[in-house]
Amino acid sequence: MGRYIVQRVLAAFPVLLIVTLISFCIMQLVPGDPAVVMAGPQATAKEVEQVRVQLGLDKPFLTQLGTWLYGLLQGDLGRSILLGRGVSQAIGERLPITLTLALLSFLLTVAIGIPAGVIAALRQNTWIDQTVMTVALIGVSLPNFWLGLMLIIFFSVVLDLLPAGGYVTLSQGFWPWFKSLLLPSLSLGLLQMGLLARITRSTMLEVLRQDYIRTARAKGLPAFKVVAKHAFKNALIPIVTIIGIIFSLLLTGSVVIETVYSLPGLGRLLATSIFSRDYPVIQGGLLLTAAMFVGINLLVDVLYAFLDPRVRYD
Amino acid sequence: MTAGRNLVEVENLVKHFPIRKGFFSSRITGYVQAVDDISFTVARGETLGLVGESGCGKSTTGRLLIRLLDPTSGRIMLNGADLAHIPADELRTKRRDVQIIFQDPFSSLNPRKTVEGIIAEPLIVHRIGTKAERQARVAELLKLVGLAPDHARRYPHEFSGGQRQRIGIARALALNPKFIVCDEPVSALDVSIQAQIINLMRDLQRDLGLTYLFISHNLAVVRHIADRVAVMYLGKIVEMTDKNALYENPKHPYTQALLSAIPIANPDRKRQRVVLTGDVPSPMAPPKGCRFNTRCPVAVQRCREIEPPLVDTGSGHQVACHLVTP
Amino acid sequence: MRHRLFVSGLVLLGLMVLMAIFADLLATHNPVQVRARFRFRPPSFDNFFGTDNFGRDIYTRVVYGARLSISIGFAVVLLTAIAGTAIGLISGYVRRLDNFLMRIMDALMAFPTIILALALSAALGPSAFNIVVALSVVYTPRVARVVRASVLVVREADYVHAAQAVGASNLRIMIEHILPNSMAPLVVQLSFVFAYAVIAEAVLSFLGVGPPPPTPSWGSIIAEGKDYIREAAWITLFPGIAIAMTVLGLNLLGDGLRDVLDPRMNVDNR
Repeated sequence: MGRYIVQRVLAAFPVLLIVTLISFCIMQLVPGDPAVVMAGPQATAKEVEQVRVQLGLDKPFLTQLGTWLYGLLQGDLGRSILLGRGVSQAIGERLPITLTLALLSFLLTVAIGIPAGVIAALRQNTWIDQTVMTVALIGVSLPNFWLGLMLIIFFSVVLDLLPAGGYVTLSQGFWPWFKSLLLPSLSLGLLQMGLLARITRSTMLEVLRQDYIRTARAKGLPAFKVVAKHAFKNALIPIVTIIGIIFSLLLTGSVVIETVYSLPGLGRLLATSIFSRDYPVIQGGLLLTAAMFVGINLLVDVLYAFLDPRVRYD
Repeated sequence: MTAGRNLVEVENLVKHFPIRKGFFSSRITGYVQAVDDISFTVARGETLGLVGESGCGKSTTGRLLIRLLDPTSGRIMLNGADLAHIPADELRTKRRDVQIIFQDPFSSLNPRKTVEGIIAEPLIVHRIGTKAERQARVAELLKLVGLAPDHARRYPHEFSGGQRQRIGIARALALNPKFIVCDEPVSALDVSIQAQIINLMRDLQRDLGLTYLFISHNLAVVRHIADRVAVMYLGKIVEMTDKNALYENPKHPYTQALLSAIPIANPDRKRQRVVLTGDVPSPMAPPKGCRFNTRCPVAVQRCREIEPPLVDTGSGHQVACHLVTP
Repeated sequence: MRHRLFVSGLVLLGLMVLMAIFADLLATHNPVQVRARFRFRPPSFDNFFGTDNFGRDIYTRVVYGARLSISIGFAVVLLTAIAGTAIGLISGYVRRLDNFLMRIMDALMAFPTIILALALSAALGPSAFNIVVALSVVYTPRVARVVRASVLVVREADYVHAAQAVGASNLRIMIEHILPNSMAPLVVQLSFVFAYAVIAEAVLSFLGVGPPPPTPSWGSIIAEGKDYIREAAWITLFPGIAIAMTVLGLNLLGDGLRDVLDPRMNVDNR
């Protein structure tokens, strides 16, 4: 098992390397002169030149790459001219908010999605099942930013229960903090809930049909025990895989949800940087999110090995 | 060299599959010795049966002969040309002479093509004839294998297993090959259909002057069609002789064990049952000495140390066993 | 039940496609004309879905938005189908290139899709064409992996060996044998790519890297409506419904196709 984990970790490295290269090369895709684009339409030739030197764009490509990689190894992602500070610091400040948001909506997703899927499977083809599945299907078809706006209309404008946006830090009190994150996490989580409920339902149905479940039932185990001890445990493996994907989707979704709710997280930072063509921030954010993705996938692989003794270690 | 009498001459054919491990380097950590230094000949118009348990290398041998696999070493002479060592463009033309009939009549026909598309493909690949000529040829081939020409426009799923096998045979015949490798061609069929296909293959052999390598794990089926039989065990040929000699007077303990497992219709006739114990050893690590020694009922110390060569014990009856003397 | 869902998916998508094709006939106003006098009109017989802050007719803009979304989605499907099939076929059939190609696909899949698409379109500049390019880059790996997986199965079929035995070229084997038999999962995957692309286009337009204004795009209409959500919620409401209908239609279609074409891939049990 230890060897298997080491192998998975080693296998992640080439992917990370290519991810790094792609992130860096994004700037090379900019048509024309990135310095001109970044300096803005009103910039003088001198200002453009200044930007060029600051970004190191006057140096050859390989030198630029080398400098960037060297900085990267020391945790330095370069400087943002527009923000007037290091990209690493800017991201470091914003990241906790995004992670909190992702974690909260992840908890909501799991707390609602899995029970909904299990109940739908146990009550297959009843109205409960059909309701859960219909809601789930519509859920995966809604754009989350629009859903976010609809929730604002309902909970803020019509009911005036929750704030329509803005972030309140935890130091200002738990309830204000929680209320400021509740709608964003709901709009992020609702879609993934549908996905999770669908997968949970189908794997549970698959497992419930197995012989060992019939045996457990036949020997007179109480229904709850059958489901909890025998069925759910075996359905967990595909669910863990999908949970990894869901956490990644939540991180992605934060870009647009933070924009909708004006939360000062990493997603909002990326969205504004993209709008203002702040390429160093874009590169850094891209690399960081991709690295988190790779890390999550790795975690899922390792978890898999713990859950399923049949996973081949070679 | 008897290039006149023999159509196929296989010399010291070897196929080792490398076992790779590791993520970055694909290190080779060992070899599966699927086919390990075998030699045999097939005379023109003859059928050589190749029998053995699954995993003994008989199918690999068949696939090497039609060059679906590249041999590790050795020669495959067909009509005097070495298929194992000819340039790619020459191999393409030579492929017209060697064809194959597969075991599984379901996996061997592309479900998205019509029967005509399937049978005509070899002709298209070799740019033979116009479209009309190819259609005529397909109709002719269908009749030859006992199907109706109007079957040409149907799809494989509309046919039964036996019919599909006939389609596979028609495809193999399209290029007028001289030599056909039959890889368990009736094993997947119902017993009642098996005889029909075997008879069809015998008729075709007689009418078209075909030469067969007939691969099977079923000694009873091989008895019906083969002229000579070679028995394989763990990548080696252990016994090879005329059909009658093999079935009446098997010399290798392995062959004896295989034959004793065939049920006999005559209840009065008693035969001693030789029961093999244990599993076939892994071809990754074949046993030292005679490869059969771990399961052989009569093995002696020498069998565990020295590998017996395949030698002629008289009138062409070749056996690889220390305990069989000429 | 299944069948009915598939048909309703087809109907939903068909409606949207018809809307996209006949946008000129269905429109009641000029989609980009600014009419300050008519700002923030709620839905009525004159303006089915109301008007926005420039007095433009939302219904007309939603109808033209369908044209943009559907054509972008379709273009992405076409491009990913071509690129993904090519890469998947080569990767699955030419084993020497497999590791190399798949590592690149892994790396592309390691990026959060929306963020990579955002960065790409930000680098390339805001236009419908660049959105298509960015989304195609993002979704090609998914298609390539699906195609590769089925190629790996199909290439072991005896009919492929039979073609090799007669000396058919690799190209011929790929086109005549492997590709047609790898189609089913490809088609299913493409219908989901279409759905992702429609949502992704809306997100990109919402964040302002879509086609520049005043081009009517569902995402940008919602972005404009966002600031007036208290007084004119209809601006936001209707384009969202249009997106949801399109994506729901595609999801139903994809689920249905999966049931029909490839029972092995079936996730839901009947």
